[in-house]
Amino acid sequence: MSVIYILWLREVKKYLRSRVQIVASLGSPLMYLAVLGFGLGPVFQRAGEGKYIQFMAPGVIGMTVLFTSMFSGIAMLWDRQFGFLKETLVAPVPRLLIMIGRTLGGATVAVLQGALIFVVTLIVGFRPASLLAVPLAFLVIALIAVIFSALATAIGSSIKEMQGFQMVMNFLVMPLFFLSGAIYPLEGLPKVLAAFTRVDPLTYGVDGVRGVLIGRTHFGVTLDIAVLLGVGILFVMFGAWRFSKLEA
Amino acid sequence: MSDRAIIRVQHVVKSFGKVTAVNDASFEVRAGEIFAFLGPNGAGKTTTIKMLTTLLRPTSGTLELDGLDPTQHQNEVRRRFGVVFQDPSLDSELTAWENLDIHGVLYHVPRHIRRERSETLLKMFELWDRRDDLVKTFSGGMKRRLEIARGLLHTPKVLFLDEPTLGLDPQSRNQMWTLVGNLNRAEGVTVFLTTHYMDEADRVAGRIAVIDHGRIVAIGSSAELKQQTGADSLEAAFLKLTGTTIRDESATAADQMRQVSRVWRR
Repeated sequence: MSVIYILWLREVKKYLRSRVQIVASLGSPLMYLAVLGFGLGPVFQRAGEGKYIQFMAPGVIGMTVLFTSMFSGIAMLWDRQFGFLKETLVAPVPRLLIMIGRTLGGATVAVLQGALIFVVTLIVGFRPASLLAVPLAFLVIALIAVIFSALATAIGSSIKEMQGFQMVMNFLVMPLFFLSGAIYPLEGLPKVLAAFTRVDPLTYGVDGVRGVLIGRTHFGVTLDIAVLLGVGILFVMFGAWRFSKLEA
Repeated sequence: MSDRAIIRVQHVVKSFGKVTAVNDASFEVRAGEIFAFLGPNGAGKTTTIKMLTTLLRPTSGTLELDGLDPTQHQNEVRRRFGVVFQDPSLDSELTAWENLDIHGVLYHVPRHIRRERSETLLKMFELWDRRDDLVKTFSGGMKRRLEIARGLLHTPKVLFLDEPTLGLDPQSRNQMWTLVGNLNRAEGVTVFLTTHYMDEADRVAGRIAVIDHGRIVAIGSSAELKQQTGADSLEAAFLKLTGTTIRDESATAADQMRQVSRVWRR
């Protein structure tokens, strides 16, 4: 337990200390909120879908959690050669504990970052249906964070070169975001696109957060949470397995 | 120092695909000695250290550290050694104290012993005054000293140092070897080091093994190696044993990343 705790604490401490990074990481969600949020707002309204900012705020929160989680795992690549990771790999503790500590730490950081963006969305005009729904929304957010932190651990354990990072960003992280229904409704999509959105775990995350916060959902919150739990367990197991095979 | 072997390597082979990094190497390291591993780039020094420190499994042959097989008794072996890798493995966003503290938890060192030992080591390595500063504000020499201090926190029997003085100025190198020598005498910890600097090996090591193309080509004290080759310096003996051809290794992913890290550090 103390091993998991100290590795978790390490991630959280580092996050809280990196003030500049925290501010910098607000950049892209802010851009999505301001530019897309206000830019597409009138079209959305004219289509009879209501206020766009209401619709997209949960999507931007989901995006932030996705990006933060994936980044912490990919940073592992660097950490393995020039950082602290090697120190943990020769320590007399099971790899599983190290993986759990790192993943929970990364997920916690992602949730904190999501909370920060949640506050920002409130400032730009997002209004949840009820404040009582907020804790449940954060449960869904935590699930998203665990899923992608575990996936990132699996990727970070599997690729060897820094160029792989670019690949992961372009061919995995960006599609995960764009296919998730974070910025457009899932109703009435072309069949192929609809099929892709359904295999994207983030889709259920964003749908769940949106369902809880503004009562608009495509799959139903129960199904969303069930899918997230299932995928979460699967990804944590996959990440743990890849991490156990890691050679320094 | 005793004659008991704390490390025993017998007919060890390690291949990566078609490349054989270590080719039938056998040697012993005695408990309490300072043992230097010399060899040109790509001779198999780091691969040997990685096998002894449980990070790689040998393709064939047997390894033993304090009577235990690193491939069979991973955790027991890990508790018995400390290691300073060629590339840094400190967390530079944390303080010196925090780095030691995490190490202590990972190695199950009880809290009060952890604190006492951290204090002793930080004072010995002249880092006590900077204990609450972030490691990223440290010089190269300070980082290396902190890594060695960390490697010793759990009172290991063997300390592995893989090119610990690479990139350090002569003052830092000198200070580091004085400290390592003192430690070896005071605590009896066996030191297994690799280096490119012949003068360092000559100065600190009791025995030296020269490895080339994955094979041990000579082993003995500095005087013995000089005598064996009829050379008047260790450097000349080394060149006689390994030849003067420059080894061009093909770059690995780690080398490419090392390049990038150098650019970023400037």
